[in-house]
Amino acid sequence: MATIVGAATALSASKSFDSRKLHLPSRGSLSVSERKGSFLVVRSDGSVVHKAHRAQKLITNAVATKADSSAASTASKPGHELLLFEALREGLEEEMDRDPTVCVMGEDVGHYGGSYKVTKGLATKYGDLRVLDTPIAENSFTGMGIGAAMTGLRPIVEGMNMGFLLLAFNQISNNCGMLHYTSGGQFKIPIVIRGPGGVGRQLGAEHSQRLESYFQSIPGIQMVACSTPYNAKGLMKAAIRSENPVILFEHVLLYNLKERIPDEEYVCSLEEAEMVRPGEHVTILTYSRMRYHVMQAAKTLVNKGYDPEVIDIRSLKPFDLHTIGNSVKKTHRVLIVEECMRTGGIGASLTAAITENFNDYLDAPIICLSSQDVPTPYAGTLEEWTVVQPAQIVTAVEQLCQ
Amino acid sequence: MALAHVASSTSRSNLLRPISAIISPNLRRQLSTDDTRTLTIETSVPFTSHQCESPSRSVDTTPSELLSFFRDMATMRRMEIAADSLYKAKLIRGFCHLYDGQEAVAVGMESAITKKDSIITAYRDHCTFLGRGGTLLQVFSELMGRIDGCSKGKGGSMHFYKKDSGFYGGHGIVGAQVPLGCGLAFAQKYKKDGTVTFALYGDGAANQGQLFEALNISALWDLPAILVCENNHYGMGTAEWRAAKSPAYYKRGDYVPGLKVDGMDALAVKQACKFAKEHALKNGPIILEMDTYRYHGHSMSDPGSTYRTRDEISGVRQERDPIERVRKLILSHDLATEKELKDTEKEVRKLVDDAIAQAKESPMPEPHELFSNVYAKGYGVEAFGADRKEVRAVLP
Repeated sequence: MATIVGAATALSASKSFDSRKLHLPSRGSLSVSERKGSFLVVRSDGSVVHKAHRAQKLITNAVATKADSSAASTASKPGHELLLFEALREGLEEEMDRDPTVCVMGEDVGHYGGSYKVTKGLATKYGDLRVLDTPIAENSFTGMGIGAAMTGLRPIVEGMNMGFLLLAFNQISNNCGMLHYTSGGQFKIPIVIRGPGGVGRQLGAEHSQRLESYFQSIPGIQMVACSTPYNAKGLMKAAIRSENPVILFEHVLLYNLKERIPDEEYVCSLEEAEMVRPGEHVTILTYSRMRYHVMQAAKTLVNKGYDPEVIDIRSLKPFDLHTIGNSVKKTHRVLIVEECMRTGGIGASLTAAITENFNDYLDAPIICLSSQDVPTPYAGTLEEWTVVQPAQIVTAVEQLCQ
Repeated sequence: MALAHVASSTSRSNLLRPISAIISPNLRRQLSTDDTRTLTIETSVPFTSHQCESPSRSVDTTPSELLSFFRDMATMRRMEIAADSLYKAKLIRGFCHLYDGQEAVAVGMESAITKKDSIITAYRDHCTFLGRGGTLLQVFSELMGRIDGCSKGKGGSMHFYKKDSGFYGGHGIVGAQVPLGCGLAFAQKYKKDGTVTFALYGDGAANQGQLFEALNISALWDLPAILVCENNHYGMGTAEWRAAKSPAYYKRGDYVPGLKVDGMDALAVKQACKFAKEHALKNGPIILEMDTYRYHGHSMSDPGSTYRTRDEISGVRQERDPIERVRKLILSHDLATEKELKDTEKEVRKLVDDAIAQAKESPMPEPHELFSNVYAKGYGVEAFGADRKEVRAVLP
C-alpha cells in the first residue's frame, strides 16, 4: 500500500505521489534530486528495492550532493528557485488566500515584515486584522491564539525566537495540548506555533536554545522540524491545514538556503520522515540543521567506502517509526545526529523508541550524537564544540561499522 | 396591592397571607403569571465606575424573569450542596470548587446575554455551566467521572465545556483563561458577529501578569472583551487586602473603564452585564468587579473558617444572600406565595436527587477512551487500546 500524500480529494492541484509515478520520465523534477523523490518512502517492497538500485547509481554522484543537484536542477527543470524564508512565506500566503480564517500573530510580523522576513508584504496584502503585530507579551498572545483557535479560527503564532515561547509554556502545555482531550473532543485547536530556534552564529546562550525536548512530552501536540525550502513550504501548509496544534521548528541558520521547488501546490505529510540518501550500511537519523552536517560527513564516508542511509526525521512528535523501522531492519545500525541537548533530548526519546520497538534488528548499540549539556557559549570556537561537527559523525559511523 | 409595598420583609409576607386568602386563587394566579408586565426595581447598592458612566440603578425585569432567577439559583444552590455531600461520600474526587453564594453572578449574566456570546471562567464553573444550558445529569456525571458527563468524564470538576452554547470552560490554572477569553473576543471581532466574550476570573487571579498583557492587547485592538472579576474577597486562604496593594479591581485596568457591581444582587449583575455588552461592542474592553461571597471554602479540602470567622459567613448569608433577596422581591411584588416558592425548592431538590441517581447509573469510560481525542481525528496517531496499535492518518 503506497502512502498517498496530497491524495485526490478536495485540492485538485495537490500532487499524489504514487510509487509508480516515480519512474515516469515526465516527472523530471523528481528523478534527479534524490531528496525530493525520497520522501515518498512507500511500504510496498517493490519500490524499496527500486530505491536501492537508484542508490547504487547515485553513489558516484553522492560525493558532490548539493552542488551537483543544483547544477542539474537549474538546467531545464520546472519550478522556481527561492530561499527557505521565501518558501515559508509562499506556503503561508497560499494558505491565507485559500482560507480566510487563517491569521498570523506575532511580534513585528506586520508592518516590520517579520524579523526573518517570513511575513514580509503580508500585512499590506491582508490588512491588520489578519497579520497582527502584538506587543511583547508571549504568554498572553499565545493564549489569545489558542482562544481564537477554539472558535474555529486558524491562527499562526510566531515566536521571534523559540526561546521566547518558554514564557508561553503554560498556555502551550495546558491549554493548547490538553483542551481537545479534557473537553471530550468538543474543541479543536488548529493553531500553528512556529519560530526559529537552534544555535546560530554567536547569538549567546538565551538565543541559541533547542527547545524541542521541552515540548516533546506535551500530549496532544504535533512537532515538526523543517530543513529545506521544499519541506518548509510543505510542512507549513500541512501544519496550517491540520486540525491539531502543530509546533513548527525552524532554524536560524537555514533561512537563506536556496532550492528549486515545484510551481504546483503540494503539501508534505506531518508524520512522515524524509529519505535523504538511501544506503545499506548504517542509518543516520537527523533533523533540521544537522542534516547538512550529516550530508557533509556523508561525502567523506562515501569516499571511505561506507554507504550511509540518511533519514531526515522531520516529524519530532510522533516519530515516523515506520520509515525508521524499515531502515533499521535493512541496515541494523543506527546513528542519531541532532542539535538538541543530550539530556532528555529528541535523540534520547528516539533511542528509547527504537530500542523498544526494533531491538532485535540492532547489531550494535545506538549511538546518539547531540549537543553538549551546556548553555551555548558566545565564543566562536566554544560554540562550534557545542554542536555536532561532521568529523564527529564520521568517527561515530566508523565506530559503529566495526 | 398597596400593602405589598410595606417595608419590612418578614411582616410583609404575614400581611399578604390573609389578603391572598381572600382573593380567589384563580385571580391571584392570573396576576402572578402576567409575564409581560415590566417591573422596575432599584438595586440596593449603586454602581461605582471608573472612566465611564454608571448604568442606572433602576432595572427593568418581568415576573417570569424573577421567578426564573429564583428557580435557577435554587437549582444551583441545591446542586452545589449535593456536590458537597457527594464529595464527602468519596464519589467526587480530586478538586471540587463550589459556587454557592455566588449564584447571582451566573444567573444575572445569563439574563443579559445570548447563547452566541461566549463565557469563559476558571475552575469554579459548575453553576456557570448550568446557566449556559448544561443539564444536572451532565454536571453530576462529569463530577463522578462517568461518560455521560459534559467532557465524557475526562475533564472533571475543573473542565466543564459546552461548545454549542458558547461556554469555553473550565480551566485549572489561575489566570490562564483570561488570554484565552481575549482570544475568543478576537475571533468574534474577526468574524464580525456582534457578540462579546465574558472572561471571568477571581480576586486571586487579578494579580496575574498575563491578565494585564491580555488587557493591553484587547484595548489596543478594540476587542469586545469583558473581564469580570468575581471578587469573593479571598484568594484561597489569602484575603484580598493581603494579596493586592490596590484591591479596587475595577480600577486596575487604568485606561480600561471599570464598574463595581453588587454581585449578590442578580438584577444589578444583569444591568451591569447589559451595559458592559453595549460598551464592549462600541468601545472595546471593560472590567466588571462583582462584589460577591462564597460560603464554602476555596475547595472541598478547605474548611473555609481558618482565615475568616463563622460570624462573617453567617452574617453575609443573613444579609446578602442572593436567593433570599429574590425571594423577598417575589413575595413583595406578590408574584408567588411562600408556599409556591417552597414547592419550587422541593421540586428542585427532587430534580437534583434524580440527576444524581441517574448519574450514578452512568458507566465509567471504557479503557480505549484513554487514547481517544488526544489528537483530532484524521491526523496524527490514534492509538487503540493498550497494545498501541497505531493507525496512520492520511492528509486530505
